[in-house]
Amino acid sequence: MSEYAMLIDYEYCSGCKTCEIACNQEYKREAGKLGGVEVQEFIHFLQSGRLYITNIPHFTKACVFCAGRVKKGLKPACVQHCMANVLTFDTLENLKDKIPENRKALLWTKG
Amino acid sequence: MKNDGVKIIKTTTWSPGPGCHGGCGILVHVKDDKVIKVEGDPDHPWNQGRLCSRCLSMTQYMYHKDRLTKPLKRVGERGQGKFEQISWDEAFDLIEKKMKQIRQDHGPESMIFHQGTGRDIGGWISMLAYAYGSPNWMFGLSGISCYTPRLMMMSITQGDFAVVDASQWHEKRYDDPVYEIPETVTIWGQNLPATCPDGFFGHWYVDLMKRGTQLMVIDPRCTWIASRAKLWLQLRPGTDAALALGFIHVMIKENLVNMAFIEKWTNAPFLVRTDTPEPILLRETDLAANGKSTNFVAHDPVSNEFIIWDSDDQTYSKKNITPSMDVAFTIPLTDGTRVPVKTVWRMYKENAEEYTPEKVSHITWVPKDKIIQGARMYAKSSPSALHWGLPIDTIPSTIPTSQAVNHLWCLSGNLDNPGGNAIARYAYDVVTYPYHSGGSILSLPPEVAEKRIGINDYGPIKDFRAWAQPDKVLEQIFTKKPYEIKGMWIQTANPLACTGMEPQKWHKAIKQLDFTVCVDLFMTPTAMLCDVILPAATFLEKDSLKAWWVPLQAIKKVVEVDECKSDIEINLELSKRFMADFPYDNTHDLFDSLLKSAGITYQELCDNTWMIPPKGHPSRPYYRHEKGLLRADGKPGFRTPSGKIELFSSWLEKWCLAPMPYHEEPPYSPVSTPDLFKDYPLILTTGRRMGPFFHSEHRQIPWLRAQQKEPVLEIHPDTAQKYGIEHGQKVCVENWLGKITVKALVTPVIHPDIVMAEHGWWFPEKEGAEPSLFGVWDVNVNQLIPMGHEGKGGLGSPIKTMLCKVYKAKG
Ligand code: SF4
Ligand code: SF4
Ligand code: SF4
Repeated sequence: MSEYAMLIDYEYCSGCKTCEIACNQEYKREAGKLGGVEVQEFIHFLQSGRLYITNIPHFTKACVFCAGRVKKGLKPACVQHCMANVLTFDTLENLKDKIPENRKALLWTKG
Repeated sequence: MKNDGVKIIKTTTWSPGPGCHGGCGILVHVKDDKVIKVEGDPDHPWNQGRLCSRCLSMTQYMYHKDRLTKPLKRVGERGQGKFEQISWDEAFDLIEKKMKQIRQDHGPESMIFHQGTGRDIGGWISMLAYAYGSPNWMFGLSGISCYTPRLMMMSITQGDFAVVDASQWHEKRYDDPVYEIPETVTIWGQNLPATCPDGFFGHWYVDLMKRGTQLMVIDPRCTWIASRAKLWLQLRPGTDAALALGFIHVMIKENLVNMAFIEKWTNAPFLVRTDTPEPILLRETDLAANGKSTNFVAHDPVSNEFIIWDSDDQTYSKKNITPSMDVAFTIPLTDGTRVPVKTVWRMYKENAEEYTPEKVSHITWVPKDKIIQGARMYAKSSPSALHWGLPIDTIPSTIPTSQAVNHLWCLSGNLDNPGGNAIARYAYDVVTYPYHSGGSILSLPPEVAEKRIGINDYGPIKDFRAWAQPDKVLEQIFTKKPYEIKGMWIQTANPLACTGMEPQKWHKAIKQLDFTVCVDLFMTPTAMLCDVILPAATFLEKDSLKAWWVPLQAIKKVVEVDECKSDIEINLELSKRFMADFPYDNTHDLFDSLLKSAGITYQELCDNTWMIPPKGHPSRPYYRHEKGLLRADGKPGFRTPSGKIELFSSWLEKWCLAPMPYHEEPPYSPVSTPDLFKDYPLILTTGRRMGPFFHSEHRQIPWLRAQQKEPVLEIHPDTAQKYGIEHGQKVCVENWLGKITVKALVTPVIHPDIVMAEHGWWFPEKEGAEPSLFGVWDVNVNQLIPMGHEGKGGLGSPIKTMLCKVYKAKG
C-alpha cells in the first residue's frame, strides 16, 4: 500500500492564504473554525542583516488530505489552487524524486 | 451534467466578484440553479488551475444575507438608512423621470456619472452618460491616479502600452519555444503576490523565479517578494522619478544603453531649439516656409547637412544616413536669424547628468552603491523586464515619473522583445470599453463635449481620456461655477470609503445634490446617502467579455440571484430611455458589435470561452515596430506623432509641460514642508494591497474577514518604541486634515520614518445610519489626504506621500 504525503516547497510560498480558503470551500466550513491548513509567517534577520520572510503552510488536525477528491483523481483543493504551486501531493515513493535540490522543503505525512 | 445533478460550466473571472482585473479561467459547479463551488480551470493557460481566495469565496459573496437583491428607494432622510423595496419598473421610471427633469431644467452636464475602478463596467457608464447627453463621466480618484497616468505616458512616449511579457500570449506559456525567461524582472512599487493588477496574474512572478528569473524590487516596504529579490531598494515614497533618473545617469555614463535601438527607434537625433524660454523641437516649418509642422529636423554628419524627418513617410529626406546623435549647432531659420539647437540626445544626457548617484541617494534614501548596482542589474540583463505599480500614479509628479520609468525599457531596447516589456494591445483589437477603439460607440456634439469639467484646465484631460477631472468636479459642486451640478450616478464606486480623498467633502457634496443613484452589491457608506439603489449582479450572473490584454474571453451568465441585474443591462435599459434612437437593443447586439474586429459573434466566443490571437496578429508580440504592425499605415515605427519613441515628448511640449523627465518633491515632505514635518514627523503612505480584500470590498465575506478582522498601521519597532506604542495597541494617526484610530502592526518590514496605513476600510457589521456610516469615519485614512492637489497635467495626487503623527489612543 502506497502512503500519500504532502511536499511543501515553502521557500516559494507567498503567504497568500489561498490554500486556507480552498479548504474552507471544499468542506463548506464555517468561518473561524479550524481549517485544514493555516499559513504562518516568519520574519527573520539573516546573519547578513538582511530581512527574510518565510511562510509555512501548517497542516492541522482538520486536514483529511482530501481523500474524497483524491479518490476521484483530483488534486486536493489546496494543492490545485495554491497560487505559487508549492504544494505537491503524491505517494511517498513518487515524492522522493520531487524534493527540490537546492533549498529546504517540508514533507507532511498522513500520520 | 453528472449524475449527482451538478453541472460544470467554464467561464472567466472579472467583476464584480474577486474584485481584480480578472482573467482566470474557472469551472463553476452549479446545482439546482445555485453555484455550489468555484474552482480554477486546470486547462486554462492564464491561471493553470489556480485561483485566489477571493474567487474561491464566491459562494459566500453571491448568497450573502446582506446582499442587495431588489431595487431600493430612500424613504427617510439622506443617511438615515430608511429604504423601501421597489420593482425594477418603478426604479427605472423614477430614475428616468428625475434625471430627465434635471436634464430639462439644468442641462445634461449637470449630472455626474461617477465610477470607481470600473473594470468591465466603466465603459458602459460612459455609454449611459452619453446616451443621457452628459460629458461628465468621471473616475472619482483624485488626479485619476490609477494607471491612467502611466497609460497616458506610455501612449504618448511609444504609442502603445507595454507590460511585462510573462508568456501570457502563448498557449504553452513558459514552454513556448519563442519565449525567453527574463534574466531580471524589476518590480517597481507593487506587492504582486497580494494582487493581480491590470491584466496580470501576480503569481506569474513566482513561476518566473522558479525558472531562474532574478528580481530587483523597489519598495519602501520589504514585502515577501522583496525579501526574495537579489536587490531590494527601499526608497522614500514619491521619489521614484529621481531613482529612475539615477539609473539613467549610470546607464549613460557606463555605456549601458542600447545606442543602436535609440538611434533607430527614438527621436534622440531630432534637433531642439534652445533659444526659446522652454526648449522646443525644431520643426520643418522653422526652416522652410512651405514646411510641415509635423516634420522634424536632424543632422547628417557625412554631408554636414540638416535633414528632414518626414512623419508621414517615416523617412529622412536623405537615404541611408546615420543621423548625428550628440551635437549642437546654430541654424538659420526662414527669417534669417540663427538660433542655437542641439540634439534631443545631447539634451537628454545633460538632463540625466544632474542625477548623480550621490544626489539621487540624498533624495531617495537609497544608498549610492545600490543605485549603481540596480542600474547595472537592469541594463546588463537580457531580457530585462520592468513591472511598475500604482505608486507611480499616486503622486502629483506622476507625469515625469511615469516618463522616466518608461524610458528605462526604451533606452535598454527591452520593448516588444520576448521576456521584456511587450506591447500590450487588446486581444484581436477588441475593446471591451466602448469608448476608445476607433472612437466610442456614442459621441457627444462638440458644444456639449466642451463642457466636460477640467477640459480647459489640463491638456491631458482634454486630449487623453474622456473623463472629467475629479478634483475639479468636487470643487465645482461647491462653487457652482461655471454651472451647477445637480445629480450623481454612482456605479462601481464607494467614494466615502475608498476612491474619495477628503471623503468628508464627498459626503457633503453627495448629500447636497438633488438626485443620486448608486449601483452596488451591498449597502455601503456611499449607498447609504443615495436616493435610489440598484442591486448589481456578480460576474457569475452576467454576460460580458474581456480582452484586457489577452486572451479574448467570454464571461457567461451561469445563474441568477434574486432580482440582481448586470451593470451592463442596467446601463443599457436606461440608455434606451434617455436616447430615443439608441442603436442597440440588447447586450448581445452590443457585444457582437465590439467583437467585429475578431470576426466572431458573442455566441462563438462563448463556445470557445477563451481565444489567443494567432501568431502574426497585430495584437500579439513580438518586434511589431520592425514589422510595421503597430501603425495604421503599415510602416515600421510607433503610433506617436513622429512615429518614433519620443524621449523628448511632443505631446508634453504641446501641453506646456516639461518634455523630459525630472524629479519633483511631493507637496508635503521633510524637504518641501520642513515646518509641518516638525509637527508631523512621519511619512504617511497608504494603499498597500491586502490579500483577502480588494480595495473597500469583501469586508462582509466571512472566510475573508476571518483572515483579517480590522485595519492596521504598519510601524517600525524603533519608531513604535520611540512613541511608546506596542504591537496590537490602538493608535491615532493624525495630521492637519483628520484623524483615524487603528491597530498598530509593529513590523520591521517598514522603514522607520514611514508608516503604512491600510485603505478602504469600513465595517459592514456596524450601524449603517448616520453618523456611523458603518464606522467609516473611525478608520478611513483618506481623511488625511487632500483633494485638489492634482499634478500639473491634472493627473496624480499625493496619496502615498502625506505626513502624520502617531500616538497611543486613549482607553
Ligand atoms: S489537503 Fe484537503 S483537507 Fe487538507 S488542507 Fe488541503 S484542502 Fe484541506
Ligand atoms: S496557497 Fe500556496 S502560496 Fe499561498 S499561502 Fe498557501 S501554500 Fe502558500
Ligand atoms: S485576483 Fe487573480 S487569481 Fe483572483 S480571480 Fe482575479 S486574476 Fe484570478
